[in-house]
Amino acid sequence: MAGKLDLDPRTVRTARRLAARAGQPVVDLARSHTTVSVERAVLRLAGVHGADQDGIPWVNRLVDAVRADVGLGHGVAVPVFHAMRSTGVDDITVLAQKAAAGAVRFDLPSTRAESTAARRAARSQAGAGLKVVDRRRRERDRLIKRFGDPRQRPWIYLIVATGDIYEDIPQAQAAARAGADVIAVIRSTGQSLLDYVPEGATREGFAGTYATQENFRLMRAALDETSKELGRYVRLTNYASGLCMPEIAALAGMERLDMMLNDSMYGILFRDINPIRTFVDQRFSRQVHARAGIIINTGEDNYLTTADAVEAAHTVTVSQLLNEFFAHEAGLEDWQLGLGHAFEINPDLPESFRLELAHALLARELFPDAPLKWMPPTKHMTGDVFRGNLLDGFFNLVGALTGQGILLVGMMTEAVVTPWLSDRDVALQNVRYVLNGAGSLHEDFVPAPGGFIQSRAHHVLSEAIELLEKIVDDSLLDAIADGTFGIMKRPADRGKGLDGVAKHDEDYYNPVTEALEQ
Amino acid sequence: MSIIRPYGDTTGDGMVQLSFTLPVPHDKRAEGAAVQLANKMGMDPALLVHAKQMGDGFTFFVVYGKVNHLVDTDQVQVVERDFPLLSATEVNAAIKRRLRRRLNVVGACIGTDAHTVGIDAILNLKGIAGEKGLEYYSELSVTNMGAQVSVPELVETARERKADAVLVSQVVTQRDAHLQNTRAMSAAFREALPVGKRPLLIVGGPRFDELMADDLGVDRIFTRGTTPREVASYLVHALAAGSPTK
Repeated sequence: MAGKLDLDPRTVRTARRLAARAGQPVVDLARSHTTVSVERAVLRLAGVHGADQDGIPWVNRLVDAVRADVGLGHGVAVPVFHAMRSTGVDDITVLAQKAAAGAVRFDLPSTRAESTAARRAARSQAGAGLKVVDRRRRERDRLIKRFGDPRQRPWIYLIVATGDIYEDIPQAQAAARAGADVIAVIRSTGQSLLDYVPEGATREGFAGTYATQENFRLMRAALDETSKELGRYVRLTNYASGLCMPEIAALAGMERLDMMLNDSMYGILFRDINPIRTFVDQRFSRQVHARAGIIINTGEDNYLTTADAVEAAHTVTVSQLLNEFFAHEAGLEDWQLGLGHAFEINPDLPESFRLELAHALLARELFPDAPLKWMPPTKHMTGDVFRGNLLDGFFNLVGALTGQGILLVGMMTEAVVTPWLSDRDVALQNVRYVLNGAGSLHEDFVPAPGGFIQSRAHHVLSEAIELLEKIVDDSLLDAIADGTFGIMKRPADRGKGLDGVAKHDEDYYNPVTEALEQ
Repeated sequence: MSIIRPYGDTTGDGMVQLSFTLPVPHDKRAEGAAVQLANKMGMDPALLVHAKQMGDGFTFFVVYGKVNHLVDTDQVQVVERDFPLLSATEVNAAIKRRLRRRLNVVGACIGTDAHTVGIDAILNLKGIAGEKGLEYYSELSVTNMGAQVSVPELVETARERKADAVLVSQVVTQRDAHLQNTRAMSAAFREALPVGKRPLLIVGGPRFDELMADDLGVDRIFTRGTTPREVASYLVHALAAGSPTK
């Protein structure tokens, strides 16, 4: 595919170098801070599970107790495992329960020997959690080998969202039988702002189903059955976003989810989560995804739903470059980068389809080894389902012509209802017709040298470089505060979840980060 | 003309199209069932033009047919725009002239609704459909609280900013969340502030019924296709028309 836009490799290198310079201060910030959710993720990997009568997970109760006694800056691992030794409790969940009842007092080890012993115990327990993640990854590799990957690219990605996991399961299985390669279970509206992960199988959600460990397990098991039946490994997707993204990443790793929505800035811009909280949680969750062999999906499509898709096209490129930098820094490989973009140009605009092709091809050529995630029109879906179906067809055609990796199936009833069974069927028919009819048309699709598509792509890339230069000068946090992405202004000292952030003390210890950075 | 019927390709032919799914596999009986449903809905004759099985136990149908119903346009009840549509310049001038201060607007998506697309389209400078949002109007002072704002937070901010108008957007309609949230919001304002001190309450969203304003305890409902200019014009009509003080 490479070389259709005649991009200057030096320009591309400049763009990447600028993204690295813009991103580095944020990485430094993430390396020197922790959050309640990072610490809870560590304890989840170390084996804390379950919740109290009010549904508050023990892991929250334990982190709160440690924090009240010694603060968060040392990391919770050492105080927790020191307490296990000094109290003689050998089950970490029991310790959490006792701590919640006020029966344990946490402090820091007073001798070097005690400290070393606590670290050793923490390393070993958290390591057991990571071993589960590793085992799950090998299991996935084995199942893909046995059942096979989808026969075509792009993979067909479909959403289910009933609110009830037991309704989601048959819908997901039906969608897979109808041709979906990837099933995403949309989360309940509002989960991103919960500072805990709900427990157990859930049957009540709003416009989606809660992400819980048990729901993950149930859906994965059901799709394993369907994969076997279809002779094709059906992937499962959820959301490592919001205030609990590190914990959800850990749960996804332990329950063999295959893809996770995991954008570096989405929570800041669209959920008003504090920027520092987000960047710290982001880095940890990406490290976990890297280890778990999970493909991340980034959320650039969202910028275009609030900003103008032509004027703001370069902000997508900038965000993709930043997401790539943050991902590589956290250990993710190119095949794990489902960088996002979307078909959101106003269809009434002359040459809108040509512009879409230029933008999609630019992403393809900038990130030749990433499985790009191509998102369908939403902003200009009006309720005219006939026109919507046509737009979705053109969206699918861009996907086929520009070699997108993952295609989220557009619904003609976008903005009308949550998709009906028949909407999904019509949508899949649309995808199949276009992919089948277009076949390998991408081989013949070579934009004219110096023509509209090439010039537009060059223009967007140069705008992206200009913006990156500005971000490098002002700092990324200031750019976010000024509303550079998606028009939302998000200052670093505001937003939800800031009180859950702590700067590392000198003796900060996190056995999971240690293992993931080895 | 006040009595009309649907138009296919000839005046008075009464033709409509309909699509639906029945939870049965596709066979002759299923097609008969689809025609029966269409007949019961008043389509006679009903022409089944497409039937396709989906999965194991469902069939999708498209039916064309004639309905005998007549519609009397005189009997239709709608909320017609009862205020003049003003330009941004006219809106600013009217506020300056009548209020002699900026008009304060506070907007939010309340409850668990995280869809800011509606409120942002109306408030953000960017606007929608080529029209700038309320932030563009120099005489409007806009506070956009964003998504998932609680009702008490909204009331508090409205009080703090001395809001003349509160705009609430609701997109998610599962289990009638939009109606419940709106009622909770209007009740909270009634409780917190006496008549006369209470801001104008406006809700918007694609699935509201404009006729439900009284029922929901709000002053105005805007539905799909509303532009910032219409909202600005309404604000002037409701708050800055007539006497120079509010």
